[in-house]
Amino acid sequence: MAYDYAPFPYTAPPGLTAPEQRHPVVIVGAGPIGLAMAIDLAQHGVASVVLDDNNVVSVGSRAICWAKRTLEIFDRLGVGTRMLDKGVTWKVGRLFHGDKPVYSFDLLPEEGHKYPAFINLQQYYVEQYLVERAQELPDLIDLRFLNKVTGHADKGDHVVIDIETPDGPYQLEADYYIAAEGAASPTRKRMDLPFEGQTFEEHFLIVDVEMEKSPFETDSPERWFWFAPPFHHGQSALLHKQPDNIYRIDLQLGPETDPKAEATEEKVIPRIKAIVGDTPFRLDWMSVYKFRCAKLENFVHNHVLFVGDSAHVVSPFGARGGNGGIQDVDNLGWKLAAVLSGDAPAALLDSYNTERTHGSAENILNSSRATNFMTPKSPIEALFRNEVLNLAATHPFARKLINSGRLSQPCSLQGMQLQSGNHPLVGQSLIDAPLDGGWLVEQAQGAFTLLTFGEQTAPKVDGIRALHVATPGPDLARRYGSGCYLIRPDGHICAHFDRPEPEAIAAALARAKGQTQ
Amino acid sequence: MILEDNLGPEGDSIYTALMQAHEGLTEAQSHALNARLVLMLINEVGDADRIKAVLQEARTPTPGA
Repeated sequence: MAYDYAPFPYTAPPGLTAPEQRHPVVIVGAGPIGLAMAIDLAQHGVASVVLDDNNVVSVGSRAICWAKRTLEIFDRLGVGTRMLDKGVTWKVGRLFHGDKPVYSFDLLPEEGHKYPAFINLQQYYVEQYLVERAQELPDLIDLRFLNKVTGHADKGDHVVIDIETPDGPYQLEADYYIAAEGAASPTRKRMDLPFEGQTFEEHFLIVDVEMEKSPFETDSPERWFWFAPPFHHGQSALLHKQPDNIYRIDLQLGPETDPKAEATEEKVIPRIKAIVGDTPFRLDWMSVYKFRCAKLENFVHNHVLFVGDSAHVVSPFGARGGNGGIQDVDNLGWKLAAVLSGDAPAALLDSYNTERTHGSAENILNSSRATNFMTPKSPIEALFRNEVLNLAATHPFARKLINSGRLSQPCSLQGMQLQSGNHPLVGQSLIDAPLDGGWLVEQAQGAFTLLTFGEQTAPKVDGIRALHVATPGPDLARRYGSGCYLIRPDGHICAHFDRPEPEAIAAALARAKGQTQ
Repeated sequence: MILEDNLGPEGDSIYTALMQAHEGLTEAQSHALNARLVLMLINEVGDADRIKAVLQEARTPTPGA
């Protein structure tokens, strides 16, 4: 059954009749990133206004693959289990060359984690769940649909925003302005900021089809990728399952393609029939696109902050777009809240820039490599690619070189300014493990948390929540070893101590808040 | 002969470097580069038995071809 795109209500904003008080934060864009940003800030006690020029969720499934780390962040934001329950869980990727399977990889081969390696869930469901979650926080989140931002001016210590509504224009003031408007970011264009990177000439066709019968030969859904499949000569193809019996099919079309002519039922239906044969199906959504990998040099411009696709775009192979954006939110939320409450210096926001430009560069590197492997630019590149695929059947080393997308992983912040020491887990995002009656990710995120085990006693340190596990289970013991850990509100481990000594812990906390260097 | 992966986490970056080495070359220049590359890697390995075994293996048609 097709998704019901019910419009969200528009109400005339108060600013139309009288000036509004300055808001702490205005977020532009009510997509997954903007909505998650508002919820994250609200959970840290910060009120925001979310402006969107539209009044429905995203049309078409768009971002569908949500990674384990993203789900853990969504858990903290209150929508993780809802997404998990609705989503299609998968962890195995299978590669084919022609009609022969050559390789499969398991993205989460071990048990003992609340969330799986990946779920597939259409972006419209994610946005719907986030809107409903935001509506549970009405004192802190003011959602304004059909409010189109037409201009903004940074006044040094605040930003003035021009907005158009069906009832006319008005202005808002905000301490901070967050652009979460997606790849076309009007804010970025207004500011004339360079957005540089690599553009790929290749066209791809995305089709969502609804069908009763699964095209997978296995019981559990997987990610299937073909190089030179028999049904799509000389190109590549990708297949994913989504909820409601909707399948995502992604077909490479080559550089010499007319996108308008391709995105038609006449052209698309025969392509789908070549894959699914006589199985009846309903066409749900389709799109022909080209992509690029690019990012802003700086995500922080005084009181204007960029998150998600406004700040960086990647090719879709590796699911690093939406997942990367959610990590921006996770990184920025607690920092902006600490700056606004006076608990941290404004310079803490520079670490958002440093840490997330680093994460986004890593995502771009991985996405570009995958795209280059998939779309050889010269006969010699095609020759090497084909010989890698041919060797893979008998030479395991070649399988590791096949690149159909290196799937989203949280980036490491090791050695960066807010972290203390060089223990191997410092800088990593926390690794989940079962606790008595719950999970580590449910109890160790959202505030600075000191994780202690066994005989250790956690000292009282201002601004730190203690999480003591008297008898660690085998997963927790194996994943964390000895000592104790300081975990940032975004779930990144920022310090490890052999013993919980209050001075060292307080020093690591001060460093993580940007109070000392 | 090493059939298992011997490149570890650097596989993608090494493959990328190999493709970049060919960037902008004509097909004839790329063939010449490949020939030089094979000769240099043979010298790096330096073990006649291993080199002959790999040559033989590379000559065997792969099932996918």
